[in-house]
Amino acid sequence: MFKKLNYSAVLATVILASCGGGAKESKLTGTIAIDGSSTVFPISEAMAEEFRAVQPGVDVTVGESGTGGGFKKFTRSEIDICDASRPIKDSEMKDAAANNVNYLELEIAYDGLAVVVNPQNTWVDKLTVSELKMIWEPAAQNTIKMWNQIRPEWPAEEIHLYGAGTASGTYDYFTEEICGEKGASRGDYTASENDNQLVTGVAGDKGGLGYFGMAYYENNKDKLKIVPIDNGSGNAVIPTNETVLNKSYSPLSRPLYIYINLNALSKPEVKAFIDFYLEQAATLSKEVGYVPCEQQIYDAQKQKLQESAASLPTEKK
Amino acid sequence: MKRKETAIEFLLALCGAITILTTIGILWVLLYETWLFFKEVSIVEFFTDTQWTPLFADKHFGILPLISGTFLTSMIAITVALPIGLSIAVYLNEYAHPKFRRTIKPALEVLAAIPTIVYGYFALTVITPALQKIIPGLAGFNALSPGIVMGIMIIPLISSLSEDALYAVPKSLREASYGLGASRFQTSFKVLVPAAFSGITVSVILAISRAFGETMIVAVAAGLEPRFTLDPTVPIATITTYIVQVSMGDVPQGSLEFKTIFSAGMVLFVFTFILNTISARIKKRFHHKYE
Repeated sequence: MFKKLNYSAVLATVILASCGGGAKESKLTGTIAIDGSSTVFPISEAMAEEFRAVQPGVDVTVGESGTGGGFKKFTRSEIDICDASRPIKDSEMKDAAANNVNYLELEIAYDGLAVVVNPQNTWVDKLTVSELKMIWEPAAQNTIKMWNQIRPEWPAEEIHLYGAGTASGTYDYFTEEICGEKGASRGDYTASENDNQLVTGVAGDKGGLGYFGMAYYENNKDKLKIVPIDNGSGNAVIPTNETVLNKSYSPLSRPLYIYINLNALSKPEVKAFIDFYLEQAATLSKEVGYVPCEQQIYDAQKQKLQESAASLPTEKK
Repeated sequence: MKRKETAIEFLLALCGAITILTTIGILWVLLYETWLFFKEVSIVEFFTDTQWTPLFADKHFGILPLISGTFLTSMIAITVALPIGLSIAVYLNEYAHPKFRRTIKPALEVLAAIPTIVYGYFALTVITPALQKIIPGLAGFNALSPGIVMGIMIIPLISSLSEDALYAVPKSLREASYGLGASRFQTSFKVLVPAAFSGITVSVILAISRAFGETMIVAVAAGLEPRFTLDPTVPIATITTYIVQVSMGDVPQGSLEFKTIFSAGMVLFVFTFILNTISARIKKRFHHKYE
């Protein structure tokens, strides 16, 4: 489903990176388990695929049980890396501390949440944040059922909603930004942690409206229609690289993270994978439809990684 | 030697006991968790409220939308499977050459061996788009498409059991019918089908019970939105898909939200238990008749 990656560019960076890091030609083995946000999933999945070309002995598995589901496993040391579309919550920090899990947080890209409708929907030109709130807030449950309840000039047709499941970081993020409180959402909609299912839903439903990470819109442009969002400034903006980076696509853009278990980081294969991850983050996050961070942010993340790796006892293999 | 016999007897009894104990264990867990659930939620609300949103801000615990979804997909499945399954049974029993029957019957049962997840994607990626060409208002997730595919899945159940029932009809009845000058068609539908009626009913009830419990097909193709409706063109959720959704997500164990899956499971259990009991009763009476 993703665009073919530019292999030569990737290869060149890999060669450069390996030259810069000294002549480390060692072949690593082992397994790295990743789970968490379905929004970050495409990036980690692409990383795992590319990493296989460099270190075929390392087996990287990537799951997508949602940020909440991922942290649940992460704080029980069941996985090495957790993909997250929001920062770790206090309750999850407590779980981690209780289980002696220490971790490192790295920022890897930006995401815009795309609000989409079916291409056959001819009436929606834009939505304001307050209209989105009206559609999705808890009070709308079993009440807002027709398009003309949102704007009287819109047709008297049923609106069918598709959105993030409660285990997803996207859900926490969307409800907090749109409805004003984390977790405050109506419940009568198709809720799934699997963004592909949401894409399928809106793409096949004339009355459909949904929200999910913009990468899923980028990869399904022909099946969906993007809705420009007006945050009250009077300008309706769609999520693009520029609007996400310059923060004009507000409030629906956010940073994405990976969390690394420090015990896992002391293993050479995990360290090599994270090095690779930060090296490739700009290229691959763009390839799969997200917005890369500015270079100085990546530099800061790399420094953070080196510092915390240096403080770890290295595991003898 | 005697001791060896006793040991073997004990082992055999143990094997039998495992299945019974498992059933008792499951029942106990269901009952216990459901009891805890109803300490917090009124049973009246559970059966009368038309909204089911336990995971969200405005919590409602009305099981009706899940029951309507389950009922709707199962009824569509039976509507598809009964006429086709019964026709196949009659054909195999009355019309087909015995040799042909011996090869085609196991082949039909292969349908039942296809993993349900495959049926689910078949519904989502083949049947739904095809139906959308005929019914323009059909949503991408709906009850109709998984219902039809579920019907195809349970055809072997109906055709096979009905065929057994038709086969068990005493030869004398068939011969008497032909003796009176009835055609094959008349013999099949006016004599054999009524005579095997209870057996056919059993097959239908078992098929409905199978459809009630079916999970993957509806989880993939019906959507995940609990909606109190009998409209087959919009996304719905069934009892089983709700249970899957909650057990895969990050709902904390022991919370009220988590207990909802046991209460939903209990409802499903009661339904299938009633259906299976009815079919067992009918089966008993049916055997009686010809002995």
